[in-house]
Amino acid sequence: MLMSNIEIIPGKTITASHGIVSGSTVRAKHVGRDIMAGLKNMVGGELRGYTELLEESRAEAIERMRSQAQQMGANAIVNVRFSTSSVAVGAAEIYVYGTAVTVA
Amino acid sequence: MEFYVLLLLWSVPVVLGFVFGQLAEKRHYRSIHAREKAMLYLPTTSGKLPIMGGQAVRCELVTGSVVVSVDHFKRAAAALRGLVGGPVKSYESLLDRAKREAVLRLKESCGSAHEIVNLRLETVPLSKSAQGGIGAVEVLAFGTAIYVAGPA
Repeated sequence: MLMSNIEIIPGKTITASHGIVSGSTVRAKHVGRDIMAGLKNMVGGELRGYTELLEESRAEAIERMRSQAQQMGANAIVNVRFSTSSVAVGAAEIYVYGTAVTVA
Repeated sequence: MEFYVLLLLWSVPVVLGFVFGQLAEKRHYRSIHAREKAMLYLPTTSGKLPIMGGQAVRCELVTGSVVVSVDHFKRAAAALRGLVGGPVKSYESLLDRAKREAVLRLKESCGSAHEIVNLRLETVPLSKSAQGGIGAVEVLAFGTAIYVAGPA
């Protein structure tokens, strides 16, 4: 599955469009990670546990979008966008969406 | 007596944040400068059209992200700043570091690409967990890496 966040797939031509595909995950953070983050907060800087958590969730959201596009018979997704929002205390939604297309 | 205990409880995290936070920031800036220099060969644009020539053979969606939090010294400095208004330097440098780090991670994930187009940055505040909790932000950089045929 080819993906890009521009309107085209460079070097290919779009032959068919299948509409919007999307994938999302809502992840809660781990108590252990939260405690570690609280300690880390003493000195500030990167919270590695959270970076990893959000990266894993993003990979999963992309995977869901990919399988949806596959079901539609597409072989590429263009104009992919990300959006993250914190829905509740300690939980974040990661949403990724794009347009499924067939390229040749 | 109680007053001194409270003062101690407040000032220890601030002093710790000042000492270790500043050290960490200096170290991080040194690493950012070195890595940015090393990644200079990879042209990057926020436009949608490729700026380099060449026949594209492959493209890939690439991302880089980082979550940073403020330390107690920065928080205290920002609170003082809030009294008179004006630029909050302590937060500016934190967000600057986070954005540059996210872009660097993105570039390092596709070091052999020919160029990166449509680079976008998104900053998301993660909710403060509780009172006195973490004010953390996530910075996400994403773009399209383009590979061309043959040596660049």
